[in-house]
Amino acid sequence: MGGWVILTVLVLIALYFVFAYNSLVRLRNEVDNSWRQIDVQLKRRHDLIPNLVEAVKGYMQFERDTLTQVVEARSRAIAAPTQGARVEAENQLTAGLGRLLAVMENYPQLKSDQNVLQLQEQLTTTENQLAFARQAYNDVVLQLNTRVETFPTNIVANNFGFKAADYFKAAPEEQALPKVDLSLSAPSAPAQRQ
Amino acid sequence: MPQGHADFRELERANRRQTKLLVVVFLVLFCALGFGLDILVGALRIVDGRLVGFPFLTIAALIIGSIQALFSYYGGAALVLMSAHARALMPDSPKHQVVLDVVREMALAARMPVPRAYVIADPAPNAFATGRDPAHSVICVTQGLIDEMDREELQGVIGHEMAHIRDYDIRTMMMIAVLVGGVAMLADFVLRWSFYGGFGGRDRSESGEGGGEAGAIIAILVFVLAILAPLFSQLIAMAVSREREYLADASSVEFTRNPRALLRALEHIAQTESPLSNASRGIAHLFIVNPLEGAGESGEGFFDNLLSTHPPLPRRIARLHAILGEPVILPASGAAHS
Repeated sequence: MGGWVILTVLVLIALYFVFAYNSLVRLRNEVDNSWRQIDVQLKRRHDLIPNLVEAVKGYMQFERDTLTQVVEARSRAIAAPTQGARVEAENQLTAGLGRLLAVMENYPQLKSDQNVLQLQEQLTTTENQLAFARQAYNDVVLQLNTRVETFPTNIVANNFGFKAADYFKAAPEEQALPKVDLSLSAPSAPAQRQ
Repeated sequence: MPQGHADFRELERANRRQTKLLVVVFLVLFCALGFGLDILVGALRIVDGRLVGFPFLTIAALIIGSIQALFSYYGGAALVLMSAHARALMPDSPKHQVVLDVVREMALAARMPVPRAYVIADPAPNAFATGRDPAHSVICVTQGLIDEMDREELQGVIGHEMAHIRDYDIRTMMMIAVLVGGVAMLADFVLRWSFYGGFGGRDRSESGEGGGEAGAIIAILVFVLAILAPLFSQLIAMAVSREREYLADASSVEFTRNPRALLRALEHIAQTESPLSNASRGIAHLFIVNPLEGAGESGEGFFDNLLSTHPPLPRRIARLHAILGEPVILPASGAAHS
């Protein structure tokens, strides 16, 4: 009789391990996928920027600095040698684009240009999608980290090499800028990971 | 950064708990009525303190309820889409492009595939979602919603609809509909049988200890249940629907991280609300705002609320204010206490 009880308990523990392992795999894959989503949006805005700059240049002769900053940040982001440099360049690009989109509000004649309006919407939605992709990434990292760190799933995690992932942190300069209400969610609060 | 918006997680947890509790109560009610009836007709017997036999009436009620629910589900939403001449939303105007973009943005935030977007030519601002799972889902908006809402408000509304899809609310309400239909069927059966005097005269010699007396008590209990259960099941179903609405509101905040988005949208709708011409009772729960009520008749009375698929707009608005940590300003006429 006692033998059956022990066997049942062992089977239940084994089933639990399978369940926990699978959920960790699923979460890790979601984290990877969310990261790729961010990449997709980053690349998309690289492609959009030259067209937008070209379209507004004629109207905004006095905003040369703003336009140049955007173009240069984009080049740096594309050519960045390391992940760290890339993240920094992308953050600066986000800041520059925020300024550009804000400044464009001061030029009502831009609104009559259909091409500009279309590009503006494309850029706005790309910035939003980028913000939401980062938010989604952080959300799923939170789920993964919670699973990896809490008992009893941490036993499975440690034995099979699952590690906590890093959150996507907002750059300090991004937070210091005045909020332009075009990308509608603020960068997620960074949770410090060392 | 507004400090209140961490609370949406608390709200979501609370709403999910409430739903589970309501569903459990409903199942208990259903089983009490069903098994009681099965005992009376002899399909189930109490032997040595255990239930023995096959509760074929309970099962039959479940099956018929399921068929009814499937018909009303496939008939309901598809019928609205067809009868209202819903057409796929195309990027044929800048505003339409914005709506399509917002749907994509919310799908990203919700970590879901992008639902198909449809539009109904109705001036009342409203939206609904339908679909059996996130991969086969549709969000339908009215032309009124497109014309009246700005981008931020659209995010709030579409986030709310996206939440219904993500949380399988369509399926949950279908399950509830099955139970409601099943309860109605069982209650109907009980009342018919008692009308024809059907519960006397059965061979009770097999029913174990207690014999006729236990049978009489069960008969009375079942009869009382049969009278009350249909009303209770409606109340529970509507309570579940309202919980899911609150949950979808909180989830919308989870996606946008901007309580003001949905708040502004609901306040906007509260001012311009007018009945939707194409909605039927069966799919009312799918809309973001009860489509069957006009602004003038949002009954704040106790009984109005109990039978409504949606919580009263002022209360939904108040909850969003609370997330923002803002003081709640109730409408002067409202008897609601929040």
